[in-house]
Amino acid sequence: MIDKMDQIFVLLQHWLVAFLPLSLQPVASVLLAVVAIVCVFPALFALTTVFERKGLARIQNRIGPNRVGPFGIMQPIADGIKSLTKEDIVPSIANAPVHFLAPVVLVVAVFMGFAVLPMGRNMVLVDMDAGLLFYFAMGASTEVSVFMAGWSSRNKYSLLGAMRAVAQMISYEVVLLLSSVSVVMIAGSLSLTKIVAAQSGYTGIFPHWYIFTPWGLVGFIMYAIAATAETNRSPFDLPEGESELVAGYHTEYSGFKFALFFLGEYLAMFSISGLGTTLFLGGWSAPFSFLTFIPSWIWFFSKLMMSIFVFIWMRGTLPRLRQDQLMNFAWKFVLPLTLLNLMVTALWRFMGEGWARWGVCSAILIAAYILMGRVGMYKEHFGPRRYRYAE
Amino acid sequence: MYLFLEDSLLGEGILKGMAETARNFAGSFVSAERLTTVQYPEEREAPAENARVFPFLVFDTADAEAGLRCVACQICEKECPPKCIYIEKSKDKKPDYVGKQQFYPTRFDIDISVCMSCQICVEVCPFEAIKMDTQFELATTDRFGGLLLDRKELSRSNEYYHQIHPTEAAEVDARLAEEKAKADAKAKATADAAAAKAAMPPPAAKAAATEEGAGD
Repeated sequence: MIDKMDQIFVLLQHWLVAFLPLSLQPVASVLLAVVAIVCVFPALFALTTVFERKGLARIQNRIGPNRVGPFGIMQPIADGIKSLTKEDIVPSIANAPVHFLAPVVLVVAVFMGFAVLPMGRNMVLVDMDAGLLFYFAMGASTEVSVFMAGWSSRNKYSLLGAMRAVAQMISYEVVLLLSSVSVVMIAGSLSLTKIVAAQSGYTGIFPHWYIFTPWGLVGFIMYAIAATAETNRSPFDLPEGESELVAGYHTEYSGFKFALFFLGEYLAMFSISGLGTTLFLGGWSAPFSFLTFIPSWIWFFSKLMMSIFVFIWMRGTLPRLRQDQLMNFAWKFVLPLTLLNLMVTALWRFMGEGWARWGVCSAILIAAYILMGRVGMYKEHFGPRRYRYAE
Repeated sequence: MYLFLEDSLLGEGILKGMAETARNFAGSFVSAERLTTVQYPEEREAPAENARVFPFLVFDTADAEAGLRCVACQICEKECPPKCIYIEKSKDKKPDYVGKQQFYPTRFDIDISVCMSCQICVEVCPFEAIKMDTQFELATTDRFGGLLLDRKELSRSNEYYHQIHPTEAAEVDARLAEEKAKADAKAKATADAAAAKAAMPPPAAKAAATEEGAGD
């Protein structure tokens, strides 16, 4: 029974596919899985928008949307209808084909990332040997769509927003990749299912998640920072800084194209949280050995939603950074620490089992954190200027 | 050295901030007094006494037609920065609150889609005839006609004025009463003088009467 619940979607897929002739079955099973992904994540997006607004409202001691349906839960439907019926304006001097393609490219590229994410035991669309590589290739192509949008709009705000977005995404893409590399070093595989499998054991009741190791914790924090920047979320939401750029690269988008951008951004957030869960939080495995009876897909999605909650929480807390602060942070703090983390991971790998590696690795990382926090982020404090000749 | 002198670690501020927002997040569910917003159509807060939205015309007696304070002097029309007031002066006259014969507006329109609520009309009005309303629920389905308020729609009684701006209205009433008393006293003095003149010999009375006529 427990196994059945765990595999319910896989069994459902097999049962449905069995109605078709044998020659069509492989195509049909893939199509079914694609349809499931294309339905589930936009639905999650719809729910997240309303929960985000309600969560932010609570952080600011307000109630939040409560008009459409009970507790405002139908708000996304109203928003969706509104964006569908709104006029779609394309600037007369815009490059119309590129302007049209940009949101499509974004959503498609983001959806491709979901193909390799294991969302439960045996629940992965394509179990690639180089799944992680595929994921990052797809993630990097979202930058193209951002730049397409900014460039084709022929609007200075759009272009500036796109420039910022690309600069930011490329800077943090490096960190994102390097922090994942440490996981690959330990797991010894680029396949996301193998990475999850490597974390699914238990010592006593505690799981073997990579976040519970010194290098894993640092890697996860760096990954989380890079993921926030990569998805243009607050405090790294400079590309759409409304106070200076109107809305950034999607300034000239309205109606459903704008909704597609919005969808793409949230989907990117889901997929990057899903990848973070897979790499550091044990994917679909249960947090304690006695909780393994709960289906794996529930664990995956609850971890995903927890990450989303942290994203919202950060958005409600932190103010937006300045461009130079953003770049300094990426290149002077996050990147060096991630590189060091790679070394520490190698050390961890070759020191063998035992408590010694815990002590050594933790000490190196904590010392580096304190040192870099003080030195790397140190800024000259200018006091009142004094002139010797005036004294 | 700054390395050891700094009192906080990198990221400590972020954690403090996160704790603060978490406290607000959880607190807003348990204590209702934290919630500062008003659920508008169901709950309302009384507007502040100094609130102002769009102008209205004050009338004194029960009759909005006869009691209108406005004498169609058109100062507000001329002073209005966005030119949203339109006044047509009457041909005939009727007595105002001090009993003096005055013109009155046959038409007094304010286009509230143009009005910018600057209150300049109120400040320039010498007759305390135009004041600011606190009514803000003026949405209408007719974009042009519905937002062009005519004399009838603009008229509000002095009691209403007292209701929305009690302090200001009391001051205005005091001032008007003083003016009326002064005017009454003056009228009485003139009447007395006229009576005294009437008792005097005819040529002098005639001269006084012509003087009176020229002065009028």
